[in-house]
Formats: sequence, structure tokens, C-alpha cells
Amino acid sequence: MCGIAGLFIKQRSLEPQLGELLTKMTSTLCGRGPDSAGFAIYGAGERSKTKLTIAGPSASYDIGAAAERLKRDVAPKATVSVRYSHAVITLDDADLPKVEAWLGANLPEVNIVSAGRRLEIFKEVGYPDDVAKNFGIAEMSGTHGITHTRMATESAVTTDGAHPFSTGTDQCLVHNGSLSNHASLRRTLRRDGIKIKTENDSEVAAGYLTRQMRDGQSLGEALKSGLNDLDGFFTFVVGTESGFGVIRDPIACKPAVMAETGDYVAFASEYKSLTGLPGIASAKVWEPKPATPYFWERD
Amino acid sequence: MPNIDLAKTSVRELNAALHRLTPTTNETFWTVTNPGGEHSIAVGVDADVTINIEGNAGYFCGGMNKNATIVVEGSAGQGVGENMMSGLIHVKGDASQSAGATGRGGRLIVEGNASARCGISMKGIDIVVKGDIGHLSAFMGQNGRLVVFGEAGEALGDSLYEARLYVRGPVASLGADCVEKEMREEHKAELIELLKSCGEAFKIDVSEFKRYGSARKLYNFNIDNAGAY
Repeated sequence: MCGIAGLFIKQRSLEPQLGELLTKMTSTLCGRGPDSAGFAIYGAGERSKTKLTIAGPSASYDIGAAAERLKRDVAPKATVSVRYSHAVITLDDADLPKVEAWLGANLPEVNIVSAGRRLEIFKEVGYPDDVAKNFGIAEMSGTHGITHTRMATESAVTTDGAHPFSTGTDQCLVHNGSLSNHASLRRTLRRDGIKIKTENDSEVAAGYLTRQMRDGQSLGEALKSGLNDLDGFFTFVVGTESGFGVIRDPIACKPAVMAETGDYVAFASEYKSLTGLPGIASAKVWEPKPATPYFWERD
Repeated sequence: MPNIDLAKTSVRELNAALHRLTPTTNETFWTVTNPGGEHSIAVGVDADVTINIEGNAGYFCGGMNKNATIVVEGSAGQGVGENMMSGLIHVKGDASQSAGATGRGGRLIVEGNASARCGISMKGIDIVVKGDIGHLSAFMGQNGRLVVFGEAGEALGDSLYEARLYVRGPVASLGADCVEKEMREEHKAELIELLKSCGEAFKIDVSEFKRYGSARKLYNFNIDNAGAY
């Protein structure tokens, strides 16, 4: 099953409510994916700074202490902000390779959940309402965000098996469905230099899009080529620093409904999730067509 | 005239109340407010009553319906009227996937569009969609009629049995064993009857519709293909 929700804000005055609206949308999807949940939020960013979101192997891990150790040893100018089991470290772009190497050598149990100018990802095992509350997602503001509630099929119920997955700077993906060629594609992508950390099929889809965009495709083009290269069933919602995209496989067995007003574009697995959005009664509501990429870019 | 507010009452309580109705009930007009996309609203009703749902319904609205008239003032989610036996379901907005799936009787009217797999495995239901329908509609349809005022997506009527399909707009592609058939007078008369039943008779020229049905080539094993097994 699994549930997906996404919100792309067009009207800037709505940005402070991003987290609150996403939390409400996700809450209606608890039944579709009760084992874990995750939130990708595109918030404020600073020029030549990278936000690195890190997490330990489980929620009980002391990520604050790990982040402080990192700051002390390798990035003294960085700022650290802890949200429940994750820490966001804001550092100079130039320090990123050094920090990644240090983490690998000193805290191999710590996972880099995302890296980007504006993207932060928070995901954890647990009932989605609890996960949202623990991370304080409702207080977060931003331009766009995507969320996921997971009913695990292809890999274990762990923090790093939860969605969203990020395999490239400011990129993330959530998936409803399952892929059958993920093992062979994972090997190919790793050979092509894409970092894929888990045995999860959805992370492979994220890595695939990262490679396609690295090699010059736009988000829309990458989604389109995925139709030929990804074998399985899927509804994907993907985020980039400036964009938001949706694609369904040609059979479109996984549900999807979208709504658009002058203020926002919203995606959800079920209409129920859209009912709390402002102006939904007069929104344009439709189901994305199979095998058709949809994407929106910010100016 | 019971009014059930789903912001205060659960769908389970609503459906239990509807299931308790007897054939002689005086409570023949029900209003459901704040449906909010909840699943399984008015499923399994077996009573000659009218249920007006004032908003959008989630999955399986009116599933297995017998005798009741169910009106959805908004849109309906996946599987509206699935396996309905009789009665009428009228969706004022759009319908999601698998509208009227496996329906054995009664009538499903969709004022807007219906998405993929509309009328999949239909077994006697009549479905009228005033907009477009998505891909793989009427897949393995066995009986009943599907009328579409707009366009049909890919693979219409794949592996069709005896369901009859009338489509006014372009069809993206026909599925295996589905073919266009001649629109004879008897079919025009049938179509007029169907349009009458949804208030559209004589507003549309029935000769604008094309008729699709089964070529009946998948019914029996073709001995010439034995070598393939």
C-alpha cells in the first residue's frame, strides 16, 4: 500500500504553513502506511552553504552528541540543529567532502539522509502521526515538501528504509509500488558513481533519476526515461530544489489524485488527504494520467 | 429524513443504520454531510431509499448496492458502485478508477470523467459517463452497456465478452479482441433508451456514437496455436 502526499506552494504567503498542511495531509494516510513515515521539506537556504541531515541507526541513538562531535572535530563553523532523531548541520559547501569522509571514518553508523542547499529530510519508524509530532514538522515553513507513510514490502522496517530517499543534492523521491529490476539497476547505478546505501527498491528509483539529471536530463525528461528503464509498478513524487514532479507507471495501479489552485499544487494517494487544504472546494482536482510526467518549477 | 454528519458519526455507524432498514421503512430519504472522502460510504445497502452524499466520497462508495438511489454531489474515489446489483448511483463530479467494477445490474451515471478500468469485468450493469474514460475500460466485460459521451483511453474492451460499448469521442486504442461494430437501428434504439434513463435523450444525436464489441476470437482455443504451448 503506502501513502504519499506532496505540496508545492505558489503563493508565498502560504509558505509558513507548509509543515502544518503536510502534517494534516499525512495524518489521513496513516492507514495506508502505519510502520514508518518521512518528510522532505524545502525550506530556507543560504548561498554556498549545504544543509546535511544526519540520523543514527534508530531513534534511540544520540544524534545530538554525534553532531556536536562532528562540529568540534571537522567543521567548527557549522551550525547544528537537532530535531528528534535527526540533526541538520549547516556547513560551508567547501567543507562537505571533508565532513562526509570524517563521518565515514568516525561514525559509520550515522547515515547522511540528505544534503542540499534547502532540502531537509526527517524520517523514522513509527506511526506517522507520532513521527510528525516528534519531529515538529507542523512548525516548519518552506516552498514545497513531500511525505510518505510506509507499509514495507521490499526491505526491512528501519529508519534508513523509510522514505523519502535522497541520492543527489536537493533531490528526493517517495514511491508507492514496488520495482522488480532494482537489484540489477542498483549494480549499474553504483558502477555509474551513484551512491545507493540500502537494499530498498525505491532508493534505486531515486538514484536512477539522480543519474539521469546528472547526465543532463531535465526532471521531466528523467521521469519519462524512467518509464522504459524501471520495471514494476510505481507512483513517484519527486522534489528538486526548484521543482516538484509526479509520474505513474503505464498501468497506473497505484492511486494518485492532484489538486491545483492559484496558491498551490497538491498531490495525494487519496482525495481524503486534500480535504484540509485551503480553497480545496474550488480547486481543479484530477487524476494524473498513466505514463505521463507532470512537473512544476519555481521561478 | 435522517441526516448523518460524517464529521460526527463514523461510516460504520452510518452503514449499520442503512443495513437495518426494512422494505417498509418510512425513512426513505437520507442525507450524508461532510463525507470528506471517507471510504465505503453507503456500501451494501438493500432498501429502496435515496441517499444524498453532499460532497466527495472515497473508495467503494455504494458498493454492492441493491435497490437504493445514491447521489454523490461531488466526486467519487476508486471502485464506486463496485459489484452493484440494482438501483442507481449518480456521481455529479468525476469517478476514480474501476468505477462500476464487476457490477451485475443497476445504473451508474457519472457526470464528469471516469479514470482507468471503468466497468472492468462488468456483468450486467449500465454505466453512462458523460465525460471521458481512462485506459483498460470494460476489460473482460461480460454483460451490460457502457456509454461514453467523451473519449476512451487505451485498450478499450480488452478481452471483452458480451458487454456492449458505445463511445462518442475518439478511442485511443482497442484492446485484444475488441472491434468496432455496425450501429444498427436496434442499437440506436437501445442507446436512446439509455440516454432517456439519464435525462439526455434527444439532446445528443445517437448516430455520433460508435459501437464496440467482442470479435469473439478469444472464446475458444484455436487449434492452430497448439504449437505455441
